[in-house]
Amino acid sequence: MIPDEYLQTFVIESKELLEQMEEALLKVEQAPDDPEIINAIFRAAHTIKGSAGMFGLDHIVTFTHAAESVLDKVRSGDIAINSVLVASLIEAHDYLKVLVEHVAKGMSPSSEIDEYGKRLISQLETYLDKTKESESNPLTVVTPNANVEPVQTDVVGTDYWHLSLRFGVDVFRNGMDPFSFVRCLASHGTIVQLVTIIDAIPAAEDMDPESCYLGFEISLQSNEDKRTIENVFNFVRDDCSIRILPPHSKISEYQDLIHELPEQEMRLGEILVSCGTLTPEELESVLHFQSQCDEALQQPIGEVLVEQKMVSPPVIEAALKKQEQVKENKKAEANLIRVDAEKLDELINLVGELIIAGAGTNLIARRANMPDLIESTATLSRLVEEVRDSALALRMVQIGGTFNRFQRVVRDVSKELGKDIELIISGAETELDKTVVEKIGDPLTHLVRNSMDHGIESAEVRLSRGKPVKGSLKLNAYHDAGSIVIEVSDDGGGLNKEKILNKAIERNLVAEGANLTDKEIYNLIFEAGFSTAETVSNLSGRGVGMDVVRRNIQALRGTVDIESQEGLGSTIRIRLPLTLAIIDGFMVGVGNTVFVIPLDMVVECIELKAWTNDERDGQCLNLRGEVLPYRRLRDYLNTQGEQGQRENVVVVRYGDHKAGLVVDKLMGEFQTVIKPLGKLFQGEKGIGGFTILGNGDVALIVDVPSLMNQIEHEKAVEEMTVSRASRSYAEVI
Amino acid sequence: MAKSKEQNGRITIKGELTIYTVAELKESLLAKLLTNDELVLDLSAVDEFDAAGLQLLIVIKRGAMALGRVFKITQHSPAVLNLLNLAGLTSLLGDSMLITPEIILEENLA
Repeated sequence: MIPDEYLQTFVIESKELLEQMEEALLKVEQAPDDPEIINAIFRAAHTIKGSAGMFGLDHIVTFTHAAESVLDKVRSGDIAINSVLVASLIEAHDYLKVLVEHVAKGMSPSSEIDEYGKRLISQLETYLDKTKESESNPLTVVTPNANVEPVQTDVVGTDYWHLSLRFGVDVFRNGMDPFSFVRCLASHGTIVQLVTIIDAIPAAEDMDPESCYLGFEISLQSNEDKRTIENVFNFVRDDCSIRILPPHSKISEYQDLIHELPEQEMRLGEILVSCGTLTPEELESVLHFQSQCDEALQQPIGEVLVEQKMVSPPVIEAALKKQEQVKENKKAEANLIRVDAEKLDELINLVGELIIAGAGTNLIARRANMPDLIESTATLSRLVEEVRDSALALRMVQIGGTFNRFQRVVRDVSKELGKDIELIISGAETELDKTVVEKIGDPLTHLVRNSMDHGIESAEVRLSRGKPVKGSLKLNAYHDAGSIVIEVSDDGGGLNKEKILNKAIERNLVAEGANLTDKEIYNLIFEAGFSTAETVSNLSGRGVGMDVVRRNIQALRGTVDIESQEGLGSTIRIRLPLTLAIIDGFMVGVGNTVFVIPLDMVVECIELKAWTNDERDGQCLNLRGEVLPYRRLRDYLNTQGEQGQRENVVVVRYGDHKAGLVVDKLMGEFQTVIKPLGKLFQGEKGIGGFTILGNGDVALIVDVPSLMNQIEHEKAVEEMTVSRASRSYAEVI
Repeated sequence: MAKSKEQNGRITIKGELTIYTVAELKESLLAKLLTNDELVLDLSAVDEFDAAGLQLLIVIKRGAMALGRVFKITQHSPAVLNLLNLAGLTSLLGDSMLITPEIILEENLA
């Protein structure tokens, strides 16, 4: 009966809510007195329960209800937050996640899971029992005050509850049916009389059939307490006006009720009489009291309440503030729309085509040599560039959400390992492409676990090394030269070079006596089948993983490397491209071939001759006192064709390294839509993809990181040979 | 989905008369109301009926009154009757008699 798409929305929303809930749960341990956090947890549980109810997912409703009841007590301050409670709430959260997963897959939970749920519920219920006694005076709404005037203590004779409900316009849209509450109410007692208020329904032409304009006046016979009856309306409390008067309430309260409701007083009074809530005499006295008040002064209802000593000023102030907050929250929510990721992909694809087409037009305009046309294509391409940027920005999300998930990982893993580890997050607002965010989660999890397991030492070792007992793990992100850098660092023992090298030799990953730089040794841990952990824990240490991490990151056109200081800790640095689709490119020509270098990585262009005069074609030039290794793209990529008159060097930077690429022609900036290379060419080093130029030609995109790696490697090997040579020379002497 | 079958001033609603269908139905019912002096709504095949559906019936009923047209509801299905009973609106929407403004007012108060 429920269309799949709605269920899908439920699953997505629930998952989001569960994430928020988890985040809040992890925070609440640190700040148990912050009402906002507890409210956030409560709201999440509450909303999940509400929407699960809509879909008839009773097992979720039952379970969430138990959790919510406990949270409600926490909210009202009846139960204090402690780590045991948080632990069981986190367990409840996990269980809910499992249930939602089941819904997503269209399965109903197995009896085993059911049993587990029941156990959790009874665990949660023990909290409720503890507070039952403190809850023994549930009926009174307003405790009569000694100073209150006698007229107000007059109570009406009815034995029935009176409920006044006015539903918000969005009730239907939120998927709720007002009558379901009536039915629910009927399970808590007998509905003596129900009057449906249809006065608010506008005339046919102004009426939106999907808005709710209904209200109910209900007279209910029930032995339940006020809280139970209120709870019936949990799901709609936010957008509906609900007034509940217990039996034998004071006349003044009915007066307020009538005063507050939007309908005319006479009409309401008669409804109350018809509901059996008031006798006609009582109504008269209510209305009389009302008119007296009216004559006195037209005060705002809040002031009236205070004057009648019903509510103290601070309470009202708090209530008003709360209302404002709720309003603001709603506003923020309304500014967001959910868009199918596929639509965005399509948009970006189209923008890509637009760029290619625009480049074509530009070319024709130049060829035709029409200044007007050239000018207008220039404007056009500027606009297209802006469209491109904002289309790409649509896909950008902050990495904070991903980072925050690790609070939980760190908490769980540190418990499992018996280590005390703190997670420090920085750069959470750094934005990157959503696809990248989604794919980076798993590798990051692995790195984080690895750092906790192998990096950070046990408490005793830390003490003996003079470090604080609490280990710290840092997640950091920042933008750098057109890429995003994510760092996972720990203050643990660092990598042991000897151990890694020995292991690598043992595993035949490197030949004995090979010359390796520190960096190369560290990077050995990313080789397949490598693990130095002496004990295999169930987290890491099996030697699978780090190579998978590297492969995953490489698949995103990223790189990963390690920096480590023995005894002080290590930092794993992941560098990823900001986006996977379109870049600003710098076009260069080598022979007859056109190459594109990502513009973000280009630092400057210089003429080769002006900076170097060595005829032996050295590998480095002196750039304002800096040693800059350079290579001819022609040699590197085996390009044919005539050599240009003047060779130019494009200085590129990636990470901490700079290098020069010697090319024949500099052809200027070009917006580049990256197309992946076919399977046949995927192994090609130094080429990251291709793009189509305005004239229909194909240009290859230079994979700067991989070129740079090669250059770095050559340089390092050379240096080492040099140092070896000089050392052996010294030994001879 | 609800399907309405039309036939000279008579509309049969099948399936749902709920929040999922009211937007569409409102338009077609109002249009029908404008072109016919008398509109009869057959609810015998309605198997789901909710508050949104109820609201729609009220609006159409009032609209008909304002236009001076006749709007009758016949053959209430159990689902419809059930909700009308719960809402205490059987007298307003429960039969096919001609409703005048005075009667509505009284019935609301009753």
